[in-house]
Amino acid sequence: MTDIYLDNNATTKVDHAVVDVMIPYFLEQYGNPSSIHKFADGVAKGIKNARQQVQNLIGCEHDSEIIFTSCGTESNSTAILSAIKAQPNKKEIITTTVEHPAILSLCEALEKEGYTIHRMPVDKAGRLNLEAYKKLLSDQVAIVSVMWANNETGTLFPVVEMAELANAAGVMFHTDAVQAVGKIPMMLQDTKIDMLSLSGHKLHAPKGIGVLYLRRGTRYRPLLRGGHQERGRRAGTENTASIVGLGKACELALEHIEYENTHVKAMRDRLERGITEQIPHCFVTGDLYNRLPNTTDIAFEYIEGEAILMLLNKAGIAASSGSACTSGSLEPSHVMRAMDIPYTAAHGTIRFSFSRYNSMHEVDEVLKVMPGVVATLRKLSPYWEGDGPVASPEQAFKPTYA
Amino acid sequence: MIYFDHNATTPLDGRVLEAMSPFLTSFYCNPSSLYRHGRLARSAVDTAREQVAALLDTTAASIIFTSGGTEANNLALASIPVGGKLAVAATEHPSISEPAKRLGRQGHGLAVIAVDADGLLTEDALTKLDAFQPQFISVMLANNETGVIQDVARYAGAWRDKGIIVHTDAVQAAGKVPVSFKQLNVHLLSLSSHKIYGPKGCGALVFDKSVPINPLIVGGGQEQDLRSGTENVAAIVGFGKAAELAKAGLAESGQRLLALRNLLEARLAEIPGLTIFAQSALRLPNTVQFGLPHVDGEMLLMKLDKKNIAVSSGSACASGGSEPSPVLTAMGVGPALAKSALRLSLGQSSTEAEISQFITVLKGLVCQA
Repeated sequence: MTDIYLDNNATTKVDHAVVDVMIPYFLEQYGNPSSIHKFADGVAKGIKNARQQVQNLIGCEHDSEIIFTSCGTESNSTAILSAIKAQPNKKEIITTTVEHPAILSLCEALEKEGYTIHRMPVDKAGRLNLEAYKKLLSDQVAIVSVMWANNETGTLFPVVEMAELANAAGVMFHTDAVQAVGKIPMMLQDTKIDMLSLSGHKLHAPKGIGVLYLRRGTRYRPLLRGGHQERGRRAGTENTASIVGLGKACELALEHIEYENTHVKAMRDRLERGITEQIPHCFVTGDLYNRLPNTTDIAFEYIEGEAILMLLNKAGIAASSGSACTSGSLEPSHVMRAMDIPYTAAHGTIRFSFSRYNSMHEVDEVLKVMPGVVATLRKLSPYWEGDGPVASPEQAFKPTYA
Repeated sequence: MIYFDHNATTPLDGRVLEAMSPFLTSFYCNPSSLYRHGRLARSAVDTAREQVAALLDTTAASIIFTSGGTEANNLALASIPVGGKLAVAATEHPSISEPAKRLGRQGHGLAVIAVDADGLLTEDALTKLDAFQPQFISVMLANNETGVIQDVARYAGAWRDKGIIVHTDAVQAAGKVPVSFKQLNVHLLSLSSHKIYGPKGCGALVFDKSVPINPLIVGGGQEQDLRSGTENVAAIVGFGKAAELAKAGLAESGQRLLALRNLLEARLAEIPGLTIFAQSALRLPNTVQFGLPHVDGEMLLMKLDKKNIAVSSGSACASGGSEPSPVLTAMGVGPALAKSALRLSLGQSSTEAEISQFITVLKGLVCQA
């Protein structure tokens, strides 16, 4: 593995304790939980236990509100498609400009089918305008889908308040909480959130497992059909080992939630402070006062994020220049554009995302490397001359983007 | 413990787990990430794609990884043109038959293709099918309950020529008999990892580029934009390894299982009145389904369970219902005999000694009843 892994918002290492609980379900307790022989009994118990572990982490009222899916993306697609199929006369969807591609692509496809998509803008700090949101809520809206925490900046949206407003207007509310679950405390039973998506591989469970939380009483239409699994709400043989692994990961996340918000946050803060103090012309993006404890997204002006990543990679440090799902594209990320970050900075944003597996020692290693990386690249930058940016960088070099 | 339920699910092969393990705890990167280890995960997924393609005699580019056979079947059905008519065999798995019925209720024309006593498509049904003029046909390659193998290749070409999209559910056939996507001449083929000693939560839809697939899950654009979601790297790697092992051992395991099944059927014939369903038809080498007059299949299953023998009364996906098996009903088996049915599906771990022990226990239980 890369020596220093600071890309935990892309995916996380599976905790060894999680692997340990999975192994017996591969080799011994491998029965199909739908079979009626007792060989399958232990499997069904394992799944029930995992459902309760997930329930405890997100604080929902009933364990039957947990539907296991194959990933966060499936949960998101299921939630939105369910809401529109269950309410065929409602033709509007409210979301934001900074959602994960899983939501944005689906909304684009629905727009082509005739749905009106309200994509709420954000300000320079990545915040929503709730007054504008209130005006959008109406009986024409099938669903509001707003992410709990942004994957790039870590900025938290006030989803609890927004769900209450939606509920008062009789509108269904979904949140993509893939980045938030396990990093901040939540108690869904005290909220009006109707549906919530979470993903195992963002919280030290394996890839290929996710959850859709579905509040009891919420109208619902399944995405996958043809089997009575998950009470008929998601057909397909249960992915037992991964379900049990996710349960354990949720239990561990709950145990570590205080650590996440103290120790992990302290590592993030130290890195952020170190970088912004040592390196000129860089700034942290997003809402600095309302963020995930593990995420910092720093814009380094006048250089390319992808180039920074390559040099970091050589130094054995893994970070990200935006969502892994949009990596490989040279466009600045949609999140940076939505916050109106100037393109001389938007192209140079790097996201560092921590987990409980990181250490202060690693932070110090990154702080040793980072100033050199940035200085090296700035020497090559058309926007940079000597010790600072050229007189009018916006005029110096104008690339065109598709 | 005697496990005769390999059509429901199989244990993970130890070598598969070995291949998967590093991708859980060490090389856990997101394959969409650009740094070194992200690329390593990407290349592991590519290798697995080659391995699965090799098992099915197709190209790596024609494989869409899904979360399992049910998703693959649902995705295949999603390629039906808006309002298009569809036809499915009477013996399909619920993950085809149930969504098909739903499409029928939603205004798509639906025809169910009748089968004979051996579970094979009838000439009469094929003639009716021509008149129905469907735009999509799904016929499973090997049946999960009876093991009957349908001669899909014989029909697929003619259907294709008429512009019909042809799908086959090969979940039970793959890894047990040779399956060639090319020779079957279908557009779409479904596969599941946990039926071939790979992990649960992984499967594939093989597709012909000429068929427009409507993705069920959209977002990050993974799997050629046909199935979004971070790739389930460890499971995909395990699925690939399982496919490689299945291909390597296919001829040998096929012969071994057939010999065991022949032994099992010879011993079952010692029980008076016992009927083996579709016995004369070409079937999977590991599967036998039988009925016993005046016996309740589920009761018998539970008694066997108490003696530590795991079998099935049909599809695990349909377990818990008290209706007779729709597969047997479609084959003209009466409700009483159908409700007595037990399915035994052998696998890697099965032995002659287990078969002898099973027969002894079964005889004891049947005489008792």
